Formats: sequence, structure tokens, C-alpha cells
Amino acid sequence: MLGTARPLYLARDLSSRDLPGTGASRSACSRGERFHRRTQLAEAHGGAHWGSGVVDEPVRWRFPSAIAMAAGRAARTGLNGLFAVYKPPGVASIRVRDTVETLLLKELNSLEQPAVQQQVRFLPTTVEGNAGKELTLTVTRLPVLAAHPLVRGPEFTHLKIGAGHRLDTKSSGVFVLGVGHGNKLLTDMYNAHLTRAYTVRGLFGKATDDFSDTGRLIEKTTFDHITGDKLERILAVIQGTNHKALLMYSNIDLKTQEAYELAVEGLIRPMEKTPPLITAIRCLQFAPPEFQLEIQCLHETQQYLRKIVHEIGLELKSTAVCTQVRRIRDGFFTLDSALLRTHWNLQNIRNSIKDSKIKVKVGLQRSLSHQARSGKRHTDMDQVAESELHSTEGTSASDLTHKMR
Amino acid sequence: MAFWARQISIWCSSVKTSYVANSIQRLRKTHRTWMQLDELSVLSLLCTDNHFLQRGLKTYRPVSLRSRLQSTNSSNGQIVSSESNLLSPVNHDQEQAEVIPSSDTKTLYEVWEDTPPSSALEEISEEEAVQIVAEPPLPLGSFTLKDYVDRSETLSKLVLLGVDLSKVEKRPKAGQLLLRLDFEKDIRKRLLFLKDVGVEDNQLGPFLTQNPYILAVDMEALETRVAYLKSKKFGKEAVARMVSRAPFLLSFSVERLDNRLGFFQKELGLSVQKTRDLVVRLPRLLTGSLEPIKENWQVCQVELGFRRNEIQHIVSKIPKILTANKRKLTETFDYLHNVMGIPHHILTNFPQVFNSKLLRVKERHMFLTFLGRAQYDPAQPSYISLDKLVSMPDEVFCTEIAKASVKDFEKFLKTL
Repeated sequence: MLGTARPLYLARDLSSRDLPGTGASRSACSRGERFHRRTQLAEAHGGAHWGSGVVDEPVRWRFPSAIAMAAGRAARTGLNGLFAVYKPPGVASIRVRDTVETLLLKELNSLEQPAVQQQVRFLPTTVEGNAGKELTLTVTRLPVLAAHPLVRGPEFTHLKIGAGHRLDTKSSGVFVLGVGHGNKLLTDMYNAHLTRAYTVRGLFGKATDDFSDTGRLIEKTTFDHITGDKLERILAVIQGTNHKALLMYSNIDLKTQEAYELAVEGLIRPMEKTPPLITAIRCLQFAPPEFQLEIQCLHETQQYLRKIVHEIGLELKSTAVCTQVRRIRDGFFTLDSALLRTHWNLQNIRNSIKDSKIKVKVGLQRSLSHQARSGKRHTDMDQVAESELHSTEGTSASDLTHKMR
Repeated sequence: MAFWARQISIWCSSVKTSYVANSIQRLRKTHRTWMQLDELSVLSLLCTDNHFLQRGLKTYRPVSLRSRLQSTNSSNGQIVSSESNLLSPVNHDQEQAEVIPSSDTKTLYEVWEDTPPSSALEEISEEEAVQIVAEPPLPLGSFTLKDYVDRSETLSKLVLLGVDLSKVEKRPKAGQLLLRLDFEKDIRKRLLFLKDVGVEDNQLGPFLTQNPYILAVDMEALETRVAYLKSKKFGKEAVARMVSRAPFLLSFSVERLDNRLGFFQKELGLSVQKTRDLVVRLPRLLTGSLEPIKENWQVCQVELGFRRNEIQHIVSKIPKILTANKRKLTETFDYLHNVMGIPHHILTNFPQVFNSKLLRVKERHMFLTFLGRAQYDPAQPSYISLDKLVSMPDEVFCTEIAKASVKDFEKFLKTL
């Protein structure tokens, strides 16, 4: 690439010759033909280097060549979107996110690098001429070492990978990550208030301080009196109360046509921050002392689910601890699409993003239309909502004034 | 401003080439003002630039003579700080000012005051034209070696050798050191020495990336240390292996190396030959800190409950245990001994399990329990040895040991 500040005759001379491009050392260049020319002081702006072929730029900043930029873009194609990984138990979710980023960066940096940017240089050599030793300029094409990967460092040092709804260290399951432009979709997924599904394993007979089997033991009880139908009864009660709370937090007047349509589609759910709500709960296995439940819930934390297991034990006049919390669905992402640790590489992640693109798009559109409708409902049902708000606001305001005094 | 101008003229005289004399002649003839002899005089350049602009010169540009490459001033004298980002040009010029002989200054002062500035459209001869190099000025201070690598022979040769400058410049004061050195004088001798010791050509680059400070160590000290190692009856290949795998080894003094070897012999209670094998196998032990090694030793004895001869056996097989993370070691042992129920003597026979990730061991053990094949007692049938449990890749593990397909293993992993 010849700079714009060069005198015209140089360009003409060079184009007719194919210069050898070697990585030979700079001081000894015997290759290439000699160019005799009259030189002039450069008229170009300060820092101009008419002797070299690099595009004019300040010394500190070497913009990557067009080829290198295109290669970087090509490597990052397909790395914009959402994908799910299977988080193993015993590992913090932030470490999972960091591990995925490190693995992707390692693979991206090991991909084929474009050839090092070259530069045309005019170097002086002493040559036996007509009248003894003469000093002339020789043209060679040399690599610009400032653009060499050993000098500028790895091309990719950072990838924007965001985490969706996190799992705590002891639990496992589907963990959604967003990469590149997909991070925006993570916010959309959060605002869509989608449900999640868990399988929870419990153990009757023990009670610990943190509701899990690795905590400090508090109580031991018998559990012979527990039967399957007693458990089912408790689960039905839980589901009923949670369903009522769901309807209340959704702020819908059940007597309207809109409410009926939403109920038909199954889209009745709150579209703002609420306490944890269980939309469905059922027993998958019952073999005392062990049992397994499937829970579909909204705005939950894993510790809340462990607490539910503990409370089920209390309701059954015994005690229970939770041994395993495993997420099987987070929004649109299920176990099938979650990638195991051994499959965390560039190709698999790209395929996973591609496969889930349509699902995510359709699902988010659906939820956003629901949100628009619920927004309309908000303005109609002002009185119902505002009375609640006033009651809460009243208490908070009085608390504030109390504190200020 | 006049001060700067004088400093430049003083600097001109410090370069002892015949061209200077000729150039002074030409100064009088062609009315050219002055020549920049080294591209590091940026600030003075700019100052004089302004100076001449004030005098009415519109098109004046800095030029440099081609004596740069041949002069010895290039890499040795002009130090540019890459770390601290500060180099006061005043000090720089004063440094140069000390070199002047007193006789030349007078003539130069005369020259300076006599000649008026010349225009850029003048005709000049071919030789002068060829010598003009209009390269951008080097930055006085920088945070990266990228700015200097194209102009410095030392750095370019190091890059071509395979040294990763992007990593070297992150080390404290290493970039400064490399800029100060000269390839022909300092670096070549040490590279040849390393080659004599036995480091291979393709390993020299990574070696210098890890330990660039070895280029500042005295040659005699290096030779003494290698002689000491050879006196301790380490063979030539052993020394070569040790030096290439632990680049910081030769930066340690003889007393320090002696202390370290003595420590391994006394504390660990190993014989001379075994210590030698241990150190050759993992030379990093000699260059790292000794505190974690002492702690790991205590952990193995007290917490994990291994006997002294058992620990010696484990360490001679897997020396990495001495530098392993204490917490991970105890967690792995806890799972192996208490959950999987493996006694001490079997663990002593297969110390590789301590080297592997705990998650891997857990997953494989749970899969085998699920299949009913978790049998680690050699006395009973369908016994699974611990090294096969841990060291094999997934496919081999699934087909041969668990006798199930990889898909089943993955399905099982998703239920954990």
C-alpha cells in the first residue's frame, strides 16, 4: 500500500517490478534492483515517511491492515447470541463464565493469522560504482515487526460474555450465557419474566441450618408415617396458594375478555418484579426417605427451593433436607440444548447459537406482546394497583420520616 | 531557544565521523542549517523547528544522516525509558555535552551564527540526497516495545529468534533492559553459552521470554553455576534439561542452589541419587519458594496421614504434589478416601489421582456407581485401577472401563 504523499515517479518505477518479500535482516539487503533517483525533501506534513510504503499515521498507532481486521471479523461471526451450558455442581457460575471465555479466546487466538503486514523500505547500501564506493538506495519489502503477533500480543484478549439467571455453587443445570450482541437479548429475557423448571431431590428425616444435606445438623425425625398421597396433598396446597398469588401479582381483572384470551394462551403471569412464585409443582419419584419433585417457578432463587423442601417436611410433621437442585429449563433453553463441559469449544457454541436464534426471537416477541397488553391493563386498572401502592407507599414514607427523626 | 540550538551544535560534534567535517563545509556552502544526527533528539528538533519558523522559513523539515546504523551510539548510549515514560531532554543533552572537546565548539558557534537558513527547494548532490532519511521520530517514552522494534536491531533480532516481546514488556524493567542491550556485544555471547549448555535453538525464544534478566548476568557467574551443577554430578543432558525447563535456574547464585539441594536432601530425607532425579524431573522446585513445599509436606504427613516412606514414594513418582494447591489436595484426598473408600496403600501406588481434577474423578466415580462397577479393591473381581480411572480420555474410559457408550455418559452427566 503506497502512501498518498509519494511523488508520482516512485509509484511508476515500483509497479513494473515485483519486489522480493523476505524476512531478511534490515542491514544486509542485496536483493532487489537499485534505484537511482534524485531525492527531494518531503513536502508532506510532519512525520511523513515517504521512503516507506505505510499509510501515513502517527507513530504510536498502527491501524491493523484491512486483511487482519477482516480476519478478526470472520473469526467472531457466529459469536453473537445466546447459548446454554450445563453448569456442573460444586463450581461457581462466575467461574463457569470465565472458563468459557478463556476457552473461546484460546481457540480464536490459535486460528490462522494473516501474513504479517509488509512495508516497502529504501535502505542504503555501499556499492562498487564507477568512482569507487557509492552510496545508493536499495528497495526491499520487509515485514513490519510492530504488527508481528510476538510484539503486539494476541489478537483477541477479551470477549463480552454475559451470564443469564445465575445458579449458586451447589446447584447444577441449564445456565444461559450471552456473547457479543446477545447480551442485549439477556436483558430482554429478564424483562420477559419467563418461568424456569427445576428437579429437586429431597431426603426425609433430617433438618439442617441451610436446608441442604451439607449443612450443620439440627434435628432428626422419623418419617415412617409419610405416604405418597399425603405428599400429593401438600403439593396441591402449595400449588393452589401460589396460583392465587400469581393471579394477584399479575394485576388482571379476571372478568375481562383480555384475561380470558391470555388464560387460553397460558400467558397469565406478572410482568414485574415479585416475590418467588411457583406455577406448578409435582412429585416425580417417591421412595422414602428420598423423593424427587419437579417445580416450575418465577423469580426464584435456589435457596428458596431448598426452603420449600424444608417446609414440605415440616408440613408432613417430619423434616426434610434438599440434596440436589437441578435446573432443567430456563425460558426457552432446555437440557437438550445445554452444552456439557467437554463440548465447550468454538464450533459447538456457534452451532448452539444458530439453533437457538429462532426460538429466542419468537419467544421474546410473544412475551413482549404480552407485556404491551399488560401495560395497557395497567393504565385501565389504575385504581386496583394504586390502592395497593398507596398502602405500601404509606408505610415506607412513615418509616422514612421515622428514621429521619 | 538559543540554548537548544547550541546544544544541538555541541551534539553534532560528538559524533566522530568524517561526514561531520564535510558537512560543516557544506553548511557554509549550501547554507543548510544543521543536521539531526540521531532521531532521539525529538524535543530539540521541535524547538529548533519553531525557532526557524519564527525566522520565516515555511518549509523546513527534519532530516537525519545515515550514520545511524553504523554508529555505536544507536542502542548503547541513547536510553529511552519504556517503563517510566519520562526522559528529560535536558539531562540527555547535558550528558552529550560532557563528551565535547573544547576546540570544536568555537568553530561551530561561528558556523551557527553565520549561515542563514536555507530553503527546501535547493538543488543538492546525489550523495547527500541518498543519505537523507525522513523517518518519523521515535517517541521519547512509551509503554510498549512496539514503537521501537522496527528501529532497533536488538529487538528485531530477538523477535526473529522467537522472543515474545508482548510478554517480556509486562515484566518489571525487562523492556528497559532489552533496549539498553546490544545484540552483538551482550546477547550473542549469552545465547552461545546457553547453546553450549544444551538449550535447543527453538527453545531459546521461550527461554528468553520467561527470563529476560539472564541477559544481564555476568558470564563468569553463569559459568560458575554450570560448573557447580556439573560438580554435583548432574550429567550434561540433565543440566540441559534443567536449564531449559527452569529458565530462572542460572539466575540463582551458587549458595542458593546449594541451600535448595541441601533442603531437599535433609527435609524430605531422600538419598543423593533420588534428590538428583527429583530435581531433574521438576527443576522448578529449585527456583520456587520453599514455604509451600514445607507446608505440603506437613499436610501430607499430618492431615492426610501418609507415612514418611509413602510420601517419599509419591513424591518421587509425582513431584508436582510438592507444589500443588493445599486446599485442592485435601479436597481430592477427602473425596478419594472418605467417599470412594480407597485406603492409603492403594493411593500410594497410584499417586496420579492427586494430579487430576476433582470434578473429573467425581463424575467418573458417580457413573461407575450408577452402573454398579465402582470396584477399586484389587483383591476382588472386576477391579478398576485408579490410574485408568483418571488418565484415560472419555471415549476410552466409556468403552473399556465403564462398558457403556459416550452418549450414556453424557446423559448421566446431565442428571448430576
